[in-house]
Amino acid sequence: MPDLIAKPALDAAPVTRGGATLALLDSGPITSIALFPGGEKAASKGLKTIGLTFPGPGTWVAKDAARIVWTGREQAFLIGAPAPALDGAAVTDQSDGWAGFGLSGPGAEAVLARLVPLDLRAAAFPVGRAARAALNHMSLVLLRTGPEAFELYTFRSMARTAWHELVEAMEKLEARAAVKG
Amino acid sequence: MRIDGKGIIDRTRPVSFRFDGREYGGYKGDTLASALLANDVRLVGRSFKYHRPRGVLTAGSEEPNALVEVVGRTNQTPNVRATVQEVFDGLEARSQNRLGSLRFDLLAVNDLMAPFFSAGFYYKTFMWPRAFWEKLYEPAIRRAAGLGSLSGRHDEGVYEKAHAFCDLLVIGAGPAGLMAALVAARSGSDVILADENPMLGGRLVSDLGHVGGTPAAIWVAAVEAELRSLPNVRIMTRTTVTGAYDHGTYGALERVGLHKPARPNLPRECFWRIVAKRSVLAAGALERPIAFPMNDRPGIMLASAVRTYLNRFGVVPGKRVTLFANTDAARATVRELMAAGVQVAAIVDPRPDASSVEDCPVHVGAEVVDSRGRHGLREITVRKGAEEFRIETDCLAMSGGWNPTLHLTCHMNGRPRWNEDLAAFVPSEGAVPGLLAAGAANGTMSTHGALAAGRAAAVEALEALEIRPAEVAVPAAEDAPYAVTATWAVSGTKSGAGGRAWLDFANDVTVKDVRLAAQENYRSVEHMKRYTTQGMAPDQGKTSSVAALAVLADATGRGIPETGTTTFRPPFVPVSIAAMGAGGRGAGFAPQRFLTSDQASRDRGAPMTEAGLWYRPSYFPKPGEATWKEACDREVMMVRQAVGVADVSTLGKIDLQGRDAARFLDFVYTNTFSTLPVGRVRYGLMLREDGLVLDDGTTARLGDSHFLMTTTTAGAGLVMRHLDFVHQAFCADWEVRFISVTETWAQFAVAGPRARELLSGYLGQPVELPFMGVAPVQIGGVEGRLFRISFSGEEGYEIAVPTRYGEALFRDLLARAETMGGGAYGMEALNVLRIEKGFITHAEIHGRTTAFDIGMEKMVSAKKDCIGKAAAARPGMVGPEREQLVGLKAAAPISAGAHLFRPGDTVERVNDQGYVTSVCWSPTLNAWLGMGFLLDGRARHGETVRLVDHLRGIDVPCEVCDPVFHDPEGGKLRA
Repeated sequence: MPDLIAKPALDAAPVTRGGATLALLDSGPITSIALFPGGEKAASKGLKTIGLTFPGPGTWVAKDAARIVWTGREQAFLIGAPAPALDGAAVTDQSDGWAGFGLSGPGAEAVLARLVPLDLRAAAFPVGRAARAALNHMSLVLLRTGPEAFELYTFRSMARTAWHELVEAMEKLEARAAVKG
Repeated sequence: MRIDGKGIIDRTRPVSFRFDGREYGGYKGDTLASALLANDVRLVGRSFKYHRPRGVLTAGSEEPNALVEVVGRTNQTPNVRATVQEVFDGLEARSQNRLGSLRFDLLAVNDLMAPFFSAGFYYKTFMWPRAFWEKLYEPAIRRAAGLGSLSGRHDEGVYEKAHAFCDLLVIGAGPAGLMAALVAARSGSDVILADENPMLGGRLVSDLGHVGGTPAAIWVAAVEAELRSLPNVRIMTRTTVTGAYDHGTYGALERVGLHKPARPNLPRECFWRIVAKRSVLAAGALERPIAFPMNDRPGIMLASAVRTYLNRFGVVPGKRVTLFANTDAARATVRELMAAGVQVAAIVDPRPDASSVEDCPVHVGAEVVDSRGRHGLREITVRKGAEEFRIETDCLAMSGGWNPTLHLTCHMNGRPRWNEDLAAFVPSEGAVPGLLAAGAANGTMSTHGALAAGRAAAVEALEALEIRPAEVAVPAAEDAPYAVTATWAVSGTKSGAGGRAWLDFANDVTVKDVRLAAQENYRSVEHMKRYTTQGMAPDQGKTSSVAALAVLADATGRGIPETGTTTFRPPFVPVSIAAMGAGGRGAGFAPQRFLTSDQASRDRGAPMTEAGLWYRPSYFPKPGEATWKEACDREVMMVRQAVGVADVSTLGKIDLQGRDAARFLDFVYTNTFSTLPVGRVRYGLMLREDGLVLDDGTTARLGDSHFLMTTTTAGAGLVMRHLDFVHQAFCADWEVRFISVTETWAQFAVAGPRARELLSGYLGQPVELPFMGVAPVQIGGVEGRLFRISFSGEEGYEIAVPTRYGEALFRDLLARAETMGGGAYGMEALNVLRIEKGFITHAEIHGRTTAFDIGMEKMVSAKKDCIGKAAAARPGMVGPEREQLVGLKAAAPISAGAHLFRPGDTVERVNDQGYVTSVCWSPTLNAWLGMGFLLDGRARHGETVRLVDHLRGIDVPCEVCDPVFHDPEGGKLRA
């Protein structure tokens, strides 16, 4: 009988440089919930069973370990909990499609300023906000999870490039800090 | 010469640097220019065209003369302005644009030929013979006329790019900028204060004035300390704002590590994109030279530059200084020099009514009309009325007034206005939306005026943003009126000696050149610019444009406002491409996508090839195989005779759901999917709106309202975009939703006569899936999907599992295949297998072929509409006049890209019959096979055509045949 061993998208130990810490995330299942026309009520009913509501544009909401993140028009990703039974939406497993990264620390915003063309100042992108954006040339789902903490999701096959580019930005910030003055 | 006790350089930190191979000393805080002047080095470069000896003209980024090459361990940077480059221990710079040494430049012979090198010289001279231009004239001219040189190697330096956002961007940290930043900062708005100097203060650092009753430097330090203490202020020094773009976006170049020895990971430069809700342009003003004869010698400098070198760097560029200026303000320069103990030979002031009360000789109503000194100024000739006399001097400070630094206001097509009182252009209001010019940049020349204007601009910007501006008092400061009488050009001596008066030092354009342009009827300022090349050097004519058009206005008998001005375009200062493209060199150019089987393939020695962004194995070499072809041939036969395994996860996978999903597929595909039973797969063809083929692939029906579409690897993004477009534009109300699941599933082809045996053994139960069937499978505890589809022509399956299990499944399948006489096959074999079977790829559906061309017109359903159907029926889209897909068979090597001819015809374009898209050596059929497009090809099977590839020297007869060479009945697929 085959016994398939699961492999993570990337094998890398957390890195702390330039005032930021980068670590791989194991966020559990990821499910796309795409509302059908007029399906919001029915879908919300299903989401209510796990204590969540469908998020507004550019936001995410959480209940315990489960989070639901706006990822596009009438589309959200449920992260960290199996999808409940629900109507009114197309439900598609995305768990293995994305690699998750946690970026935190006082330098996190500065690291992202090198790679993401969005205004991520706390006033413009506070905790609870989410965005589809570009991480340099890669597709990105970005969440602010704390005053100095972000979660990033990129295509799984690009995890190595994403990690490399984030670490490179951190190294440059570290080198800048070292020569200040 | 360094003056004790002057300047804000750090005398406790001496540094040592090299210029043209010689070692010199300077201090931290010095620029290369100030350090060279401190060492009495006046000659720093050769001019662009005449190779004349040149020195330092300015003390800022507008420098047209003192351009040098900076040589690092891994970098060689040409055209670095010595007035901007800071010195550090180990800095190595050298002069450029010379043949031989700087003092004895062999190309200085050009200067002797100057009478011939007038404007338009090249256009007039090198007309004939025509062929000589490219081969002889241009290379020779480029050798002689030019700037610095490149190393010819890759620039492996570290660069960075970054984004920043703010409420108010303040450009320039002089009195106006500091005041604007202070008001905005105290009001609680997010402020970015950018200045191209290493320190704040602008002219306040260079001029020894007072602000608020204290020396200006102390006021600057206090403001800086306050700004640095506030969390809502970001101060960006060494940062030049280079361009103004739409929606409040500004480009800026930060010199991060250029003032330090290179160190790992430290960026040399950072290119910023700053998005600001409002901005204040407080970039100050640029002093302008006066075009008097022989005004280009080392030692002739702008008065403000002399003042900067004295007060900021403690350097005097000469022992006996003269001032030639037409403003009262410029007199401060010589007063400060005298106070510092420097001898001032004279003041020459062209204004007849100017004051003559100074502690040195003053010649009012006089002009400098000539100069002497080969490698540096020695003497000037002054004319006063009918009288001419000489003054011995080694430094002439000149000032023809000031031009507001309004360049950014022109970046969005704004045209500056002429202000007669200032004899200068000033910015037009609203030239860049959201940008307010303040202080000298807006024509307000006094310090107090600048402070007040900075405050006013900040208040206006904040009010527009509905932020309550904080009350900030304007400190007392110098508020003298600015009086200037325009002095653009001065004619020569009575004897007519000298003659040449430079306007544009960077491109060697003189007053005579501009007059000649006017005389030859290049009277428009735009034509004059291009004819003389004035303003077309890297400095964009910062010190010359206004004077040049004033000379043009005079020569054409028009006023300056009528003559108009050429515009300034981004970037304000040269920006290295390396900074704009930071991180994009080599592998950084694009993301890399890796398959789950990547490591397993590399472990087997497979060379990887890039397909889209994916890295896929080309072939899996076995011991004893010397070439890729040997491995490929073996892999092909392995699939034909046993079983092969290939990673096909790169194919695009799109999950579609909803009651209208089938209807949607009917609309985007030429053929019908609503009739497809659950558990079955169908091949589909997709057209663009213009009727040409977009992509092809298979789509499986997983449930009544649930489909899984596959696309080609290269077409995945394209198809997704197309589906989004069709959905949003034509049927947004349909109940259909789709999302990419390419990354979610790892999928492997298992193909060959023993494929079923392999899978049955592996899955522990007999596989009984009909051709074009799909079913869920259990692989241990993992839910997977099994498809019976084939891209090889053999009985073929594709097995998919969630991506995390991909590597394990690949290794399992390979291990089994290897015990059955099979193994892994790569892209090369995959390509041969599909050509043998006549399956198309994007080599054939390359964007110019129709369904008819590829022989699939019957797949365009007559029973329904689809995207591209109407356009595909246009005249000329079907018929014998079109090139149609055929197979080609040859006994000798053939090539893709070759063209086809009738055997009797001459090989020329008019006889072209078609072209070849794919070729391979077929180990199965022992022949060279090709696919291509041939005029009326389907009617010509059996004919012989001539295949010609001039690039590769191939000329081979080919038999035209059906493109399906292998198993044309498809018995193997359905076995």
